[in-house]
Amino acid sequence: MLTRRIIPCLDVKAGRVVKGIKFRDHRDAGDPVEMAAFYNREGADELVFYDITASSDNRAIMRDVVERTARQIFIPLTVGGGLRTVEDMQNMLQAGADKVSINTAAVLNPKLITDGAKRFGSQCIVLGMDTQRIPGSNPLWWEVFTHTGADGGRGTGLDAVEWAIKAVELGAGEIVVNSIDADGTQAGYDLELLRAISERVNVPVVASGGAGTPNDFFKALIDGKADAVLAASIFHYRTYSIRDVKEFLADKGIPVRLETIKR
Amino acid sequence: MIAIIDYGAGNLHSVANAIANLGYKSIITGKQNEILDAQVVILPGVGAAADAMASLHNAGIVDVIRRIVQENRPFLCICIGLQVLLSVSEEGGEQKCLGVIPGRVIKLPEGIKVPHIGWNQVKQLKPHPVFAGIPDNTNFYFVHSYYAVPDNNIAVIGTTDYGVSFCSVLTQGKIVAAQFHPEKSGTWGLKFYDNFLKMAGEHRGFS
Repeated sequence: MLTRRIIPCLDVKAGRVVKGIKFRDHRDAGDPVEMAAFYNREGADELVFYDITASSDNRAIMRDVVERTARQIFIPLTVGGGLRTVEDMQNMLQAGADKVSINTAAVLNPKLITDGAKRFGSQCIVLGMDTQRIPGSNPLWWEVFTHTGADGGRGTGLDAVEWAIKAVELGAGEIVVNSIDADGTQAGYDLELLRAISERVNVPVVASGGAGTPNDFFKALIDGKADAVLAASIFHYRTYSIRDVKEFLADKGIPVRLETIKR
Repeated sequence: MIAIIDYGAGNLHSVANAIANLGYKSIITGKQNEILDAQVVILPGVGAAADAMASLHNAGIVDVIRRIVQENRPFLCICIGLQVLLSVSEEGGEQKCLGVIPGRVIKLPEGIKVPHIGWNQVKQLKPHPVFAGIPDNTNFYFVHSYYAVPDNNIAVIGTTDYGVSFCSVLTQGKIVAAQFHPEKSGTWGLKFYDNFLKMAGEHRGFS
């Protein structure tokens, strides 16, 4: 049986892992390669690096971080942030990434999803969606935001559910659904948003933004119907370990990978 | 020496990194003579069968692979590397593949999410040196939409359940092929490589 993936996310700014709240006020949280190794030992099923500055200077730093990580960590690695072209994707894949995640560039140029999928396969192309709930909307909807590496980001007017469906048609092999409202709050995932998307697409959906307790992961998988869960603050600040979360889920009957990480 | 076949597919470096971490030396090469000079050959791969076959043809590697198989040399095939061993793949129509192992490659069934992405258990159907020290039902990392159905079950030594029970490890002579990515399967994935390389008679050589 396919296990549910627990994925720590490392936001990287100028070669350091940082963590903010609602995409602002970033604090230093550690060295990316050391943290990647730590999470690997803890039983992470996958790792995500987001380059949240994504200037051209930092691209070289990010490539180096990915290369060093890939030499010592043997679990899947996704890299996102500021990737604009198929060449940008290839650069990260050659450095050792297994998947690339795109948001802003996909909105500005949806063909990039198709071009990337044709070149590297759909399994390689992750649509990372940054979304915000539209307060008081009826029916309820969520707007897609771009340029979220900069404080705040920009609204696009795109409906998150419609955009997810479209992206899958274009060739995206996985969707990370990130709630800007919930990001860093540790108040729980946006379950309605997750369910709205999970029920409409046939590729894996990864919940992101808002994990505060192991039960939040459980709810994202059951109520939100997510296939995998991504989190940052809860792990970075050692509130709970990955193992704590996995043991909690296993107790509730959710299949997780619990093999001890020893050699 | 271990040769990792470079035919333009991705994830070659992941395989090289995993092997280097175990202390073995390898080269990534698309040159026929270098592949044939190696004692052990690895065919990695991600993506689609049609692209992989086209790339193998373009790189002039199809005949090299046939010779490796004919001479029963240690040959490890990963993911799409496994799929191209079969006769035909249904991915993108009817794609003629290498036909080393008679059978077809077909799409995962309807009603489940495709691609199959994530960690899933490999049930060991028979003992084999490549499984040495790896517990039955250990999780390995999968990323694929199609799976192999060999005509003859004798080649199948591991299966995995995802909507269907499919062949996740097969072997024939000194060929070992895995649908999952051992280079992305943590400690047990590295053990899988180590087992194969030991079987193949490779010795760790730190340089």
